[in-house]
Amino acid sequence: MKRKMYEIVGRILLYGCTGLTVGLLLFIIGYIIIMGVGGISWSFLTTSESVIKGTIGILPAIKNTLFVIVVSLLISLPLGVGAAVYLTEYAKNKRFVAAVEFASETLAGIPSIIYALVGVIIFCTALKLQKTLLAGSLTLVIMILPTIIRSTQESLKTVPQSYREGALGLGSGKWHMIRTVVLPSYVDGIVTGCILAVGRVIGESAVLMYTAGMSMAMQDFSIDRLSGASGATLTVALYHYAKENADFSTAFSIATVLLILTVIINFSAGFLGKKLKRS
Amino acid sequence: MSDTIISAKNLDFYYGEAHALKNICLDIPEHNITALIGPSGCGKSTFLRTINRMNDLIEGTRVTGSLSYRGEEIYAPDRDVTKLRKSIGMVFQKPNPFPMSIYDNVAYGPRTHGIRAKARLDDIVEQSLRDAAIWDEVKDRLKKNALGLSGGQQQRLCIARALAIKPDVLLMDESTSALDPISTSKIEDLAMELKKDYTIVIVTHNMQQAVRISDKTAFFLLGELIEFGDTEKMFSQPTDKRTEDYITGRFG
Repeated sequence: MKRKMYEIVGRILLYGCTGLTVGLLLFIIGYIIIMGVGGISWSFLTTSESVIKGTIGILPAIKNTLFVIVVSLLISLPLGVGAAVYLTEYAKNKRFVAAVEFASETLAGIPSIIYALVGVIIFCTALKLQKTLLAGSLTLVIMILPTIIRSTQESLKTVPQSYREGALGLGSGKWHMIRTVVLPSYVDGIVTGCILAVGRVIGESAVLMYTAGMSMAMQDFSIDRLSGASGATLTVALYHYAKENADFSTAFSIATVLLILTVIINFSAGFLGKKLKRS
Repeated sequence: MSDTIISAKNLDFYYGEAHALKNICLDIPEHNITALIGPSGCGKSTFLRTINRMNDLIEGTRVTGSLSYRGEEIYAPDRDVTKLRKSIGMVFQKPNPFPMSIYDNVAYGPRTHGIRAKARLDDIVEQSLRDAAIWDEVKDRLKKNALGLSGGQQQRLCIARALAIKPDVLLMDESTSALDPISTSKIEDLAMELKKDYTIVIVTHNMQQAVRISDKTAFFLLGELIEFGDTEKMFSQPTDKRTEDYITGRFG
């Protein structure tokens, strides 16, 4: 009898934990959408803010966000995956690998404002990029590299040793073996790393406020104008409206757009992963 | 008497401090099946994996003495290991098909060695699968993932994959120990068939298997080669007491 009670209580506690977590999550999502969806209109999504007309538009912020995501991923993905492949497949010095792993784990966990400082010093000042989306993206590259390295390394470790032996036993060179057998069987790992990294990029505000600026005006992303492109991403814009203008309805609308954007990106990353795996 | 294809002279092998092979002298003849037997940890698999230098993958190993393939040192400093492994194929203990289609598995080796023409690859894939006695079972699903095959089929696929690069020698590292009796007998028949064109070296725990299929047998114990000779003779009149004890099941 006592035993049975024990089981029932345990089960109720676990149900409670799950219920509370899921409930809270649904409440947050629901609340944001209910508060935000009213403010979303075609002109909200496709124009920029106009003080004269008194209209609000977030197209520049959407473009800035996509720019930052694309640039930071394009640089950090090959770098991070390359570093992880070196660390797991080539590096012979176990102490060195352990040191790098420890360092990247620590770096993945430190507050982003520290990366902001580094970005301001290195990219904005020393490299004279000033407060631009490019400087912001480069700072984010440094910020998400540890995440990508760690998630890639972890999934590389799950590729069975027998695949490597099989390929090498057929006279494959090491790099050929990695490219044709190891990397394809771990596409899932790349996708997970991407999603985590995009999540951090989308959610980032501190770094970008200091390195990319807060302008809500339309930017020109052509190569020769890049040095002047400075502006707010969606998250920074959200902060801007909520904090500086106390315009919470716009902030909630931006939050809704961010939610939708995240869902779209995660789904397409998963879809792309499946496609890559099949081919 | 066939020609010697692989020859070990005073071969020693170390895993760090552990002395895994002690002064091995052994001549493996061409177009024969040579079985390496002995209790676990006796060095038979280690010896097999020195032949195609798969032990290179393990850190801290060291080889001394001579091991040659067709008269050339396997451990020569300028040895091209990928070429060596192209001539000396290997089938592992557990079936290890790659997570790709049956066709791509077999085509992996030829593609690695530069064959790109579709028609040529098609021929190689079909011939290798036929040689490995699995063509009829898979010909209608070549584009399906190889991981969907049964264990026995996967192992024959791995044999086909090894044959596709036209090796000279085929090493089989307890390749039937993870399989059911029917699959095992299929692979044994296959080995007997293949020795016409290939030299086969198998490591086995199964003494009946050594008797059934091998021409020569080498008995290893604690890193030493105790006895080497014609299988028939070794199992009827072993010269060493320890061989007799092992094959009659007194230890092991």
